[in-house]
Amino acid sequence: MNRPLRRVALACLVLFALLLGQANWVQVVKARDYRDDPRNKRVLLRTYDRERGAIIVGTGSSRTAVARSTVTTDALKYLRGYPGGAEYAPVTGFASLVYGFSGVERLENDVLSGEDDRLLVRRLSDYITGRKVAGGSVVLTVDPRAQRAAYQGLQGKVGAVVALDPRTGAVLAMASTPSYDPSVLTSHTPARIRDAYKRLVDDPQDPLVNRGVERTYPPGSTFKLITTAAALAAGYTPERRIPSPTVLDLPGTTSDLGNFGGERCGDGRTTTLADALRISCNTAYGGLGMTLGDTRLRDQAKAFGFDSSDLRVPQRVATSVFPDDLTRAQVAQAAIGQYDVRVTPLQMAMVAAGIANGGELMRPYLIKQVLAPDLSPLSLSAPSVLSRAVSSQVAQALTTMMELVVTRGTGTRARISGVRVAGKTGTAQHQTGQPPHAWFVGFAPADDPKIAVAVLVEDGGNLGSDATGGLLAAPIARAVMQAVLRG
Amino acid sequence: MPVSAVTVPPVTTPALPGRTGRGTELVLLLFALGLAGIAHASVGIGLRGAIDSSTATYVLWLGVLFGGAHLALRRLAPYADPLLLPCVALLNGLGIVLVHRLDIAVADRARQSGAAVPSADAPLQLVWTTIGLVAFVAVLALVRDHARLQRYAYTAAAAGLVALMLPALPGIGATINGARLWVRVGPMTVQPSEVAKVLLLLFFASYLVAKRDVLSLASRRVLGVDLPRARDLGPILVAWAASIAVLVRERDLGSSLLFFGIFVVMLYIATERTSWLLIGMGLFLGSSFVAYQVFGHVQRRVDTWLDPFAYSSDQGYQLVQALFGMGSGGLLGTGLGQGSPNTVPFAKTDFILAALGEELGLAGVMAVLVLFALIVERGLRTALQCRDSFGKLLAGGLSFSLCLQVFVIAGGVLGLIPLTGVTLPWLSYGGSSIVTNYVLVAVLLRISDAVRRPAPAPVSPAAARASLADAPTTVVRR
Repeated sequence: MNRPLRRVALACLVLFALLLGQANWVQVVKARDYRDDPRNKRVLLRTYDRERGAIIVGTGSSRTAVARSTVTTDALKYLRGYPGGAEYAPVTGFASLVYGFSGVERLENDVLSGEDDRLLVRRLSDYITGRKVAGGSVVLTVDPRAQRAAYQGLQGKVGAVVALDPRTGAVLAMASTPSYDPSVLTSHTPARIRDAYKRLVDDPQDPLVNRGVERTYPPGSTFKLITTAAALAAGYTPERRIPSPTVLDLPGTTSDLGNFGGERCGDGRTTTLADALRISCNTAYGGLGMTLGDTRLRDQAKAFGFDSSDLRVPQRVATSVFPDDLTRAQVAQAAIGQYDVRVTPLQMAMVAAGIANGGELMRPYLIKQVLAPDLSPLSLSAPSVLSRAVSSQVAQALTTMMELVVTRGTGTRARISGVRVAGKTGTAQHQTGQPPHAWFVGFAPADDPKIAVAVLVEDGGNLGSDATGGLLAAPIARAVMQAVLRG
Repeated sequence: MPVSAVTVPPVTTPALPGRTGRGTELVLLLFALGLAGIAHASVGIGLRGAIDSSTATYVLWLGVLFGGAHLALRRLAPYADPLLLPCVALLNGLGIVLVHRLDIAVADRARQSGAAVPSADAPLQLVWTTIGLVAFVAVLALVRDHARLQRYAYTAAAAGLVALMLPALPGIGATINGARLWVRVGPMTVQPSEVAKVLLLLFFASYLVAKRDVLSLASRRVLGVDLPRARDLGPILVAWAASIAVLVRERDLGSSLLFFGIFVVMLYIATERTSWLLIGMGLFLGSSFVAYQVFGHVQRRVDTWLDPFAYSSDQGYQLVQALFGMGSGGLLGTGLGQGSPNTVPFAKTDFILAALGEELGLAGVMAVLVLFALIVERGLRTALQCRDSFGKLLAGGLSFSLCLQVFVIAGGVLGLIPLTGVTLPWLSYGGSSIVTNYVLVAVLLRISDAVRRPAPAPVSPAAARASLADAPTTVVRR
């Protein structure tokens, strides 16, 4: 019986060899596929097993976390919480078990989750010492006082506020309403997350949208800043008199362009460029636009950042556009921010910031600093120039003109006692029968700009068809600027 | 300086001639125990950051058990193979550690969801190990000569068949996870197919030894293979029919395959006729094909095996989860207590290899497979060296049964072959399996003791012949 026994022994060895081979196949060759398969619950557990870094605003002792993880007794060790709530939701986004990541949570996920290469050395030493690997933290440029003022100013309205530090491009405020509490999407109960998410998606007011960067709107009269910049660059002076008929005939069409409320500008024949901006004279600007031509307007708009499709703060910013192939009538309309001109609130804040910074437009950014898990700094964002929007002479002239808008023009509600404020209002028609969008774009102090701001309130806010940028948006801008300047 | 005049008479065990290997066994046992203890401690550290209070009890208890088994071997089977018990001890120790680790995961999950925390299985497994080792010692004490087991062949056959059919009986049979493999006795469930395995093996061995001459008679030679006579096909057909019955009545694919495979291989060993292997293979393939066509559950198993990820949310769920677990473990594993092996259903029983693969990695899986291979090859070596046919066949059958069982379940969990539910010996949670496999290894050790025992004092051939001529006829103890 020894011959068959030897063969059986050999057969057993073959069976074990097959098992060993298959174990190598599963645990070496296919290991990576299996480990990273989205159906593998461990992928998610791994994310929640580490302490995710915080998203922080403020400086020094006033530093507070607007998003942070807390330890739970769950299978998922950490729960993501948002002390910043709805006020900061457009910035932070969410880190959800079911719907993935959005906002800074998504864009800075590598740092927050601890996967970033800058954390590599620490991760290795954590692995060796057996210490739990933790994520790094992200410090935002947002000034909590500005953010608070912006969010409170928008309460009860649909709109957005974006504020920049004109000297650096740092985003000081980025509020959007209506907003949502991200923590409803980060609980550990998938059913509740799905319910909450469905409600947010079904909401006709789109609370999940960050209106500051993700939506574009007609800029209305705030676009006159760009038209003015183009005119000044073309050799106009603020004192130059330009035609200001009560009604401007639009060539090639049967329609006319009138002024707000059918009013006259000046004597009804001519007005200075400065006055036209101060009282936001449509007929004067329509004519000016036709005189300058669409190419000058488009080039000036591009110098302020229009048409750049790859702008990130790090959120992707929707492209602001000045339309192509315009008839003369359309140029007249585009020159006052109507027709197909579309802008994001951030874009208009950039226009204000560019003028405020002597014509040099800084690249907007939201991430100030990246911190290691022990809060030691890993990297600091350096401000960079995005473009030369206008010459410093043009910027200076524009600033003076914008100050007049606030002191004696349409933007008086943005006045701050003891501070020189520059600004421009806008009341943008966007659909017949719908109340207009109210805009205010400005900066302060005019002689030493520290904050540039753009405020948009959709559909006339609580004022309906009576709404104007000066009535509705200027007070919000005022509050935001004041919050930063007082501090 | 005067020393105490009292001399202590040395405690001596009667000096045994030749190498027993018991010293080697003791050292290896201590090593196995140390490894198991470290594993248990690292579960506590991995999960809670500190060594669990139960670790000391665990190590101590295992020490007492295997120390006792070792002493029993010294007395009852001093020449038994020194490698078998340490290998088994390490597998068993690791098994309890894994069950303990999964206990904690289950309890944690229950606490989170506010459900009642189920009682831990690891202490129960320790109790079953104790019972298993008592049975182990009992077998060694009661069976002083393996040849005597031959007498109980038909009793074993009857008992084995009854055990096999028990789960099919209404009233006491219990269907768990779709297979009717269990018998409910009070609060416990027993899996009699495990017990039946050893009983039927014993019967096969003695039956085949008795009938091997008849069964190896050849009728015709076809393509260089001697075919058996048609009338001798009876036994293999009965065995085949019985496995089919198990498959149909109890939906137990694994046991069915196991029984038939063991019988055919033992038939081959006994008769040295390759034709039996071919006939067995033919019957297996034929009935597999028919089973695939006829039985939905067989078909599902095969389809799941061919493409588990196509069924990742239903019938392939556990296999896919097991592959995810083992893949995530990679080369070295996450470390005990640091993975999520509880995401695999039945991780404590059939899928314990997946838990091992995740937390101890490929290294752990390979180590465990090599341990099994060692046990099997040591068993087969015993069979090769055994001088009597019954012992040879029994040792060969027991070893092969172990190999086949490991292949069936490990191959299933690794996705090498379609999945069939059998336990991974000593590692899986389950009392019937533990106790049966200790009986199995006790019988192997008994045979190896007889094999390795040195021949009585050598006598010169001439003297032997002379003394043989003078000697009266005596009964020689085999």
